[in-house]
Amino acid sequence: MNFFALFDLSVLDTTVRLATPLLLACLAGLFSERGGIFDIGLEGKMLAAAFFSAALAAITGSVWIGLLAGIGASLVLSAVHGLASITFRGNQLISGVAINFLAAGLTVLIAQSWFQQGGRTPSLIGGGRFEPITLPFADALSTVPVFGPIYAELISGHSILVYVALLCVPGTWYILFRTRFGLRLRAVGENPAAVDTAGVSVVGLRFAAVGICGILCGLAGAYLATGLQAGFVKDMTAGRGFIALAALIFAKWRPWHALWATLLFGYLQAIALRPDIIEGALGFKVQVQLLDALPYILTVVILAGFVGKAIPPRAGGEPYVKER
Amino acid sequence: MTLMQKFLGASAALALSAGAALAEPALIFDLGGKFDKSFNEAAFNGAKRWADETGGKFLEIELQSEAQREQALRRFAESGANPVITTGFAFADPVSVVAPDYPDTKFVNIDGWMPEVPANVQLIGFQEHQGSYLVGMMAAMASESGTVGFIGGMDIPLIRHFGCGFAQGVKAINPDATVIANMTGTTPAAWNDPVKGSELTKAQISQGADVIYAAAGGTGVGVLQTAADEDILSIGVDSNQNYLHSGKVLTSMLKRVDVAVYDSMKAGEGMETGGFTTLGLAEEGVGVALDEHNDALVTDEMEAAVAEAREKIISGDLEVVAYYTNDSCPVLDF
Repeated sequence: MNFFALFDLSVLDTTVRLATPLLLACLAGLFSERGGIFDIGLEGKMLAAAFFSAALAAITGSVWIGLLAGIGASLVLSAVHGLASITFRGNQLISGVAINFLAAGLTVLIAQSWFQQGGRTPSLIGGGRFEPITLPFADALSTVPVFGPIYAELISGHSILVYVALLCVPGTWYILFRTRFGLRLRAVGENPAAVDTAGVSVVGLRFAAVGICGILCGLAGAYLATGLQAGFVKDMTAGRGFIALAALIFAKWRPWHALWATLLFGYLQAIALRPDIIEGALGFKVQVQLLDALPYILTVVILAGFVGKAIPPRAGGEPYVKER
Repeated sequence: MTLMQKFLGASAALALSAGAALAEPALIFDLGGKFDKSFNEAAFNGAKRWADETGGKFLEIELQSEAQREQALRRFAESGANPVITTGFAFADPVSVVAPDYPDTKFVNIDGWMPEVPANVQLIGFQEHQGSYLVGMMAAMASESGTVGFIGGMDIPLIRHFGCGFAQGVKAINPDATVIANMTGTTPAAWNDPVKGSELTKAQISQGADVIYAAAGGTGVGVLQTAADEDILSIGVDSNQNYLHSGKVLTSMLKRVDVAVYDSMKAGEGMETGGFTTLGLAEEGVGVALDEHNDALVTDEMEAAVAEAREKIISGDLEVVAYYTNDSCPVLDF
């Protein structure tokens, strides 16, 4: 029995990599839902971003152009979602589902017509991928006990999008809770009529929320295809958009909680890859399937109100209709 | 989904108008997709070879969801396609349901298993454990650490069958070797999750593995990529995947799905049905891929050992235990 083996550095390293796309998608959902627009199309936006970032990176050889293309694709789908659910006051859930289907089909179709490799992009090489960044002094400090290996292996050596994602957490907190825009954004998710009375455009604010959501989903998708992988494979998001939604509920729509929730979910996914460590640490075998299901079980527990209460933004899911 | 149904309807209508003239064979790809660089792509290559050689045409559809299986089978059968070839174990159930309704149509299922085979159905299986045994031997000889890895896609008996043969091959060369086995997941999404494939590869590397065998469809793309990035060897599956990372892929376990599809299409309406066909080493149904991309990695010693084991397995002197025999593996615990 060695309980600390559960926190092996390689497991934590994997946790950071697996949590990053979840974190970006979770923050994306947070902006959108705080603005009163439910978004179950996170998965589709990530998928579209994954494809277009890999495709443009493969064509141009530059991962940065790929990243921009990924964000662009995600923004286009966000605009569709906004148009359907804000301008035309459609059902936000249905629009989200439609986006997921649209992305799943379109990415494979376009990939096949551009590259003829069966719905995938060519493997990215050289400048087409985000390479891991070695932070300053990582090598020099790696001999320092305890802190050295943690800094060299866990903190250093990820691609730049990981650090961007982590910086997004305080960024999101600051925007939402310390700026005028954030106050209005939260208000529009709770009581849009009050915002309207104050003379601020509900439609404009909600489009801004959906737009930020698009950018963050674009980062998440680009990280999957050009940071973690070297190219796009059909359906490669594999449900991460939905896990991010679960994390959002788990985090009760708060930025710092979102970080802890996605790290927890990422850790559960990471430890599920190492049955040998679990058995060594706990002394008995834990079914991998149970670990895979844990994020959802935890979310249900939270939703059922056993641990605190998850209250969504009050005006979420409701299209805003001006009183006449 | 309704859009998909419209496409299906349109393709079925096309098929109806074409089918009246001559019975064409039909090929239904499983969820992995036609160009998975692996199992389904091999099926497509077999069909293409048949079409190129005979000038014939074949109907095809790529499934998008589980719900379409029976629907696609019925549409093809009603349009007069014959034989209707399906790839993947998951088609066994829908085929056994649909086949009795169309007694004049021949159905072929690759990889599937049914307790009772209807008279107009032929099941084609492969001795994957034999081919996996051979690549397992090569893995053990190429490994310097004495630890090798196996990454499966969806956790089903077929994939355990691959892993079991592989582990037996490894132990035959080095009885002290450690074989680490991981499955990607328990749902069909496990065939298309390269990110998880990559992380599993990294996890196995941190446990000391230096040769990793991926039997995981699209997930394997991530495994081979990460193995190449981390400078260890990988082993591909089903199709020849050596070229994906030239010089980094030790070999590929070939499963000649293309041969099975080609033979079925060639036999056409007159093919024999109502039983099982098993393609093993003797029939060249499974094998080891050797080409210009891996000849620097494969030593003469490996080739000799593989050739010898191959002869022994064919002659029956060496028996590779199939996972199906006891639903367990003698040398590997999943």
